[in-house]
Amino acid sequence: MNITELNQIAETVRQKKSEFKKCVYVCTGAGCISSGSLETLDAMKKAVKESGHEKDADIRPAGCMGPCVQGPLVKIIPEDKMYQKVVPENVKTILDKSLLADEVISSLLLFSEKGEGGFSKAADNPYYRKQNKIVLENCGSINPESIEDYISIGGYSALYKVLTSMSSEDVISEIKESGIRGRGGAGYPTAMKWKFVHDHASAEKYVICNGDEGDPGAFMDRSVLEGDPHRVIEGLAIAGYAMGAKQGYLYVRAEYPLAIKRFDTAIKQARKLGLLGEKIFETDFSFNVDIRVGAGAFVCGEETALMASIEGKRGVPSPRPPYPAESGLWGKPTAINNVETLANIAPIIQRGGKWFSAIGSRKSTGTKVFALTGTVNHTGLIEVPMGMTMREIIFDIGGGIPGGKKFKAAQTGGPSGGCIPEQYLDTPVDYDSLTGLGSIMGSGGLIVMDETSCMVDVARFFMEFCMDESCGKCVPCRVGTKHMYDFLTRICEGEAAMSDLEQLKQLAPFVRDTSLCGLGVTAPNPLLSTLRYFHDEYIAHITQKRCPAGVCKMTSGVGHVH
Amino acid sequence: MSTKYSVTIDGKTVEAGPKQTILDVCKTAGVDIMTLCYLEGVSNVGACRLCLVEVEGTQKLLPACTTTVAPNQKIQTNTDKLKQYRKMTLELFFSERNHICSVCVANNNCQLQNLAREAGVDHIRFPYIFPEAHTDASHKEFMMDHNRCILCTRCVRVCDEVEGAHTWDVMGRGYQSRIISDFDQPWGDSSTCTSCGKCVEVCPVGALWPKDAMLGHLKKSPEMVTELVHKRKHRS
Amino acid sequence: MSKKKVATIWLAGCSGCHMSLLDIDERIFDVAKLADIVKSPVVDTKEFPDCDIALIEGAIASEEHLEDIKHIRAHTKILVSMGDCAVTGNVSALRNMIPLNDVLLRAYVEAPSNVDGKIPEAGKGVSRLLPRVMPLHEAVKIDFFIPGCPPSADLLFYCLFELLNDRIPVVEKFKLG
Repeated sequence: MNITELNQIAETVRQKKSEFKKCVYVCTGAGCISSGSLETLDAMKKAVKESGHEKDADIRPAGCMGPCVQGPLVKIIPEDKMYQKVVPENVKTILDKSLLADEVISSLLLFSEKGEGGFSKAADNPYYRKQNKIVLENCGSINPESIEDYISIGGYSALYKVLTSMSSEDVISEIKESGIRGRGGAGYPTAMKWKFVHDHASAEKYVICNGDEGDPGAFMDRSVLEGDPHRVIEGLAIAGYAMGAKQGYLYVRAEYPLAIKRFDTAIKQARKLGLLGEKIFETDFSFNVDIRVGAGAFVCGEETALMASIEGKRGVPSPRPPYPAESGLWGKPTAINNVETLANIAPIIQRGGKWFSAIGSRKSTGTKVFALTGTVNHTGLIEVPMGMTMREIIFDIGGGIPGGKKFKAAQTGGPSGGCIPEQYLDTPVDYDSLTGLGSIMGSGGLIVMDETSCMVDVARFFMEFCMDESCGKCVPCRVGTKHMYDFLTRICEGEAAMSDLEQLKQLAPFVRDTSLCGLGVTAPNPLLSTLRYFHDEYIAHITQKRCPAGVCKMTSGVGHVH
Repeated sequence: MSTKYSVTIDGKTVEAGPKQTILDVCKTAGVDIMTLCYLEGVSNVGACRLCLVEVEGTQKLLPACTTTVAPNQKIQTNTDKLKQYRKMTLELFFSERNHICSVCVANNNCQLQNLAREAGVDHIRFPYIFPEAHTDASHKEFMMDHNRCILCTRCVRVCDEVEGAHTWDVMGRGYQSRIISDFDQPWGDSSTCTSCGKCVEVCPVGALWPKDAMLGHLKKSPEMVTELVHKRKHRS
Repeated sequence: MSKKKVATIWLAGCSGCHMSLLDIDERIFDVAKLADIVKSPVVDTKEFPDCDIALIEGAIASEEHLEDIKHIRAHTKILVSMGDCAVTGNVSALRNMIPLNDVLLRAYVEAPSNVDGKIPEAGKGVSRLLPRVMPLHEAVKIDFFIPGCPPSADLLFYCLFELLNDRIPVVEKFKLG
């Protein structure tokens, strides 16, 4: 493969696409598939064929378009019409009115049933208008199973640029200029991580893409892997070049079969075209990617446990230092980057670090993908510039709280994060402000809760998750989470005394300070943040045996007495 | 590299070499550090969290057994916070399974008991969990009592790294983790166990014990494994 | 100086701690100089009077124990957990791993020595057992702990003597097994 051939492929696809009057993208993300989008896709293809309009409308599968609950989603280009809940019965109408003619079918428009259907152009809908898609820019507008599609929108040209005109130091300084920080949750500067690995002399190095997304309700990485797998491969290859690694791995959980399948297809396609393998773009750089499937343990998202799992060992974490940059996979220098981080790499290379750093806020540059869930009108996958306020995300993009209910809290960072109450809705969402509020950015789970949520119950839910997912290696996490869960259960059941709350308040910082890995260190966060903002709810459960939100069922019995 | 540098432990300046762990340096300097999962001769896992120390410049508490020293590092091993945390850690160990000292073979020869005494643990503030745990008496010579297991994995490591049998491993997650032999078969049915007894010797509590041991009269010698490893290393 | 009022109480335990207490032998005279024993298994009073120091043997296994300990706490200045059952639950708490009804069945029906056995009705002569045996400090605030099964006579005397002299005993130097 050389640049002429790459451009040739891109040109061919573009030429072919331009022959069609219209293009229809049918979402084939896991969400839309489960609501029947594959049937819609087939019906659409069949209808076009049977009516003899195969040359007029190009029907293509695409990745996640965002508002998964409204699926199956269908997008019509060039008008940018977004139709929701499209079942095979709707296909004929769409063909007649929106493909052969230019009519808008208002009853199918996105969010029409919510009385918000007035946007015939999807981009005008506040749901999309306020978003800024970089990571997800190709999701929903290319066929994730076609490398040619990816190449046609400039795919692998960043890799070409890197291999032919940049030194590894250049790459790292470009990444540094972008200011990008790790999207897996902790927000460590990506360039710094790469530099550490780059600076460690070793003939063997590894770069790992962490796709072990495990927060309840989070599906950012899954959607990227399903919707734009080549973007991640390209990011891995650039990372490999920057650090001197010849081998990359995608570590992905077994619960993501579609992501695994699409990524596997993508690897095969890239190898076939010589974009992975020996002497890529006729340079000295050789790079390969393989998939390692995890068995679905939350702790394997922790980098040392992840590497143990790749090595075929029990997936338990090890103390750091030594950090993976020094001694990682099989004892070799290793960089572990999140899916979303790697998906940002190609655009940074193509458009420049300066361009990226101008997006978002000063210390948190770029965009962040969130899985918006809970009691909010528009649930789904969104991508916003860092620094947008929580209020804009929930009320403008998310469309507010359904049923006229009152907003209570937003939970970010899943079981490692915390709850943000109403008085902080105008805080810009970036790494540092969220940490300041006692939560974390996390990998992008964003759960909205209204007044009917009990915050003690929420804390108990996440504590149960951590207790179940603790690997059991170190005692503070193994036993501490169990005790904290038991105390929270007693509070929820109205059997706790104030002394239990005191013990809980002693345990939480202890588990945070003494646990071996991030799972235990962050496990008390949901508890600590609800204690901080909703202390009176705890007191009501204990002293009045009353759940203010009406969620917890109080039982009476002999519990703890003093 | 033979360069030596100095570090400060509890205000005392001591000499240390590269790649030495904080624990090694403390031992040489005569600073006592509480350990439980640590055993000289097998790999260090940093799991029991009793050897955590404070290092100036980092907010994280670091396990002395797995952290290597850096030049001019300032280490604190006995702050009020560390003392309080060690006590809590020990209490968690006691609250986890069913430790009934009065009926335990290791009573008065138990490392957990000794450490608790040393740390001034006179009662367990956290409610006992009282899990249903079992004993495995299927081995002809030894007993495994999961009621007393603290999951330090010394048995797992010594069996794998010193004996080379890898009979023991860990199964399950969180507080439901437990030690298993082979593929969770009764110990007596294990096809890998050589009955060497090293696991019994290194077990710091009364979880593993020879069947002929009498109540309160069990004496273990974990140092025999340390010596064995040392002798193997220096055999020429 | 007036003598201190001391009580020794026997809850769910085997009386071994009280046996060990009696093993202080002639040192009882030293205690008697400083204290009146106002309530004890060896003192025949029905009510629990106000007292300065109460040594409690045994865990809390029944509703009666729970009522008693709360009453004792309310009337005692220094409440001491004496022995492992009081401190940890110990052997008394061994039943906690087994559902209560299975325990009762085993004791009253299945045991070979029972003929036509039946589980006695709680409240009629016997107190209702709690679902879970607990150490004293899970029910009330405890001021001092003396571990051991039983604690040795030396340790018990030492602790009692120190407390009678308004000093805080230091337990660590004793062998506790």
